[in-house]
Amino acid sequence: MTPLLAVRNLRTVFDATPPVVAVNDVSFEIHKGETLGVVGESGSGKSVTAFSIIRLVQEPGRIESGQILFQGKDLLSVPEDHMRQVRGAGIGFVFQEPMAALNPVMRVGAHIAEALSVHGIASGKAARERAIELLGAVRIVDAQRRVDDYPHQLSGGMRQRVMLAIALACKPPLVIADEPTTALDVTVQAQMLELLRDMKRQFDLSLLLITHDFGVIAEMADRVVVMHRGKIVEQAPVRDIFRNPQHPYTKGLLASIPGGEPGTRLKGVPSEVDW
Amino acid sequence: MTPLVEVRNLVKHFERGGGLFRGKTVVRAVDNVSFSVNQGETYALVGESGSGKSTTGRCMLRLIEPSSGEVLFRGENVLGFSSTRMRAARRDMQMVFQDPYSSLNPRMRAFTIVEEPLIIHGIGTTAERRDRVAGLFKLVGLDPAHLDRYPHAFSGGQRQRIGLARALALNPSFIIADEPVSALDVSIQAQVINLLMDLQQQLQLTYLFIAHDLRLVRHIAGRVAVMYLGRIVEMGRTADIFANAQHPYTQALLSAVPAIDPDAPRARIALDASRVNRDAPLRQIAEGHFAAVD
Repeated sequence: MTPLLAVRNLRTVFDATPPVVAVNDVSFEIHKGETLGVVGESGSGKSVTAFSIIRLVQEPGRIESGQILFQGKDLLSVPEDHMRQVRGAGIGFVFQEPMAALNPVMRVGAHIAEALSVHGIASGKAARERAIELLGAVRIVDAQRRVDDYPHQLSGGMRQRVMLAIALACKPPLVIADEPTTALDVTVQAQMLELLRDMKRQFDLSLLLITHDFGVIAEMADRVVVMHRGKIVEQAPVRDIFRNPQHPYTKGLLASIPGGEPGTRLKGVPSEVDW
Repeated sequence: MTPLVEVRNLVKHFERGGGLFRGKTVVRAVDNVSFSVNQGETYALVGESGSGKSTTGRCMLRLIEPSSGEVLFRGENVLGFSSTRMRAARRDMQMVFQDPYSSLNPRMRAFTIVEEPLIIHGIGTTAERRDRVAGLFKLVGLDPAHLDRYPHAFSGGQRQRIGLARALALNPSFIIADEPVSALDVSIQAQVINLLMDLQQQLQLTYLFIAHDLRLVRHIAGRVAVMYLGRIVEMGRTADIFANAQHPYTQALLSAVPAIDPDAPRARIALDASRVNRDAPLRQIAEGHFAAVD
């Protein structure tokens, strides 16, 4: 079966002196219905990988080489106006900081309506009705009224739900979620993860989930990619990652998480010379 | 065991709003909080944003002035201290902050940041201070060769070590650590947690750990108090709280933490606000285990 998304030998560099290779020869696939978790620490290249897939890498970053095959087509060779169709209608995205991603002077409903009208799905009253439906789907209580709220009137958890509603507006087959619960309290995070799982079922989604949190990975991912300094150091089904990690870095990350005998020293990541 | 620090009925109200035509509303950030921390232990205050845990810590050191209550340190109420006396008392009670980026002055060299408390308290000659700061650098695992660097030249984990060296400069016995590792990557967190545990042994420190990360709290704290909307809703030995939480909020909070195991059963307990009686007093459930349940 052809994968929904296949990233092949992706290399993204930031032009500086010396140049920084943020993503270095990264390859992975996402199949229909699958949740792929990408886990790594800051600077591992996990977010740049996500932005590369939707071709939104900021200057001075640029994709140097590789292929991003989405539904069989290489996104690195399509024109920008085709790419605009892919963003939203093909691939939806949810970012870490909903306040930064939402326009503070636009009402919640207008964000969703914009996505619908840009992609020619609905406009005017129909778009508004659809926006209310979507807000209801992501379990925003009193969607009828909330559709006219501004982002600052919502809690962090509600903003993240709005982000998800926007991402789902055009029913994309793939959603990229970059640290979608990192800014949230743990009880709100739990609700958001449950919602993501439900939406995945309801909208028949595949999910690329980027996180630094192995708890989120354990709960959500079918397969896992572990990144370190721009490279994939390990890639395996979720059970293997936790039960039988192979790479010293993966082992070290897992050993860094408090959870063993209370009060004992945490083992942590061995220095790179050891691997 | 006599407590090193005892907080009694601590209250901090903030007034919000208020204008020509609108009355002020009072936010009860800390609402009648009492707990005590024993010599040599690690006591954790946990809760989510807005629970009042950080405000409680800041009130204890009078970085913000509480509205009422008592904070007894070695039996003396520091809230009654004059500002001179309070300054002297702070030699013994120090704070480590969450964000190693904003809590260090970017225009000061690491050396000056760590030396400053010594100067303020008039300790040592220039040469003695130089030695002391170098010693503190080594103590927290930093290279004294980097003393003259500015904060931006250090990584997040190293900056947190600088903050710790500064807090330790005056040989305090009590340290309030407000989310000291939550801004750090997990591998760096592990190093800083190990360092905090080592220093506690070595220097016989007492910690009040303010944290939202329940895995971390379970690992390092002997006792814990759970805060919700400005109040302690449950407190006791960490093992007892994790094994046998009684308050609906504690149960919801603990069940929300994702297990580091893909096969762990997910048994989320949603918080049913109607089950929470905000005015229920803490009562003893088992030895040393208190919960605000009817």
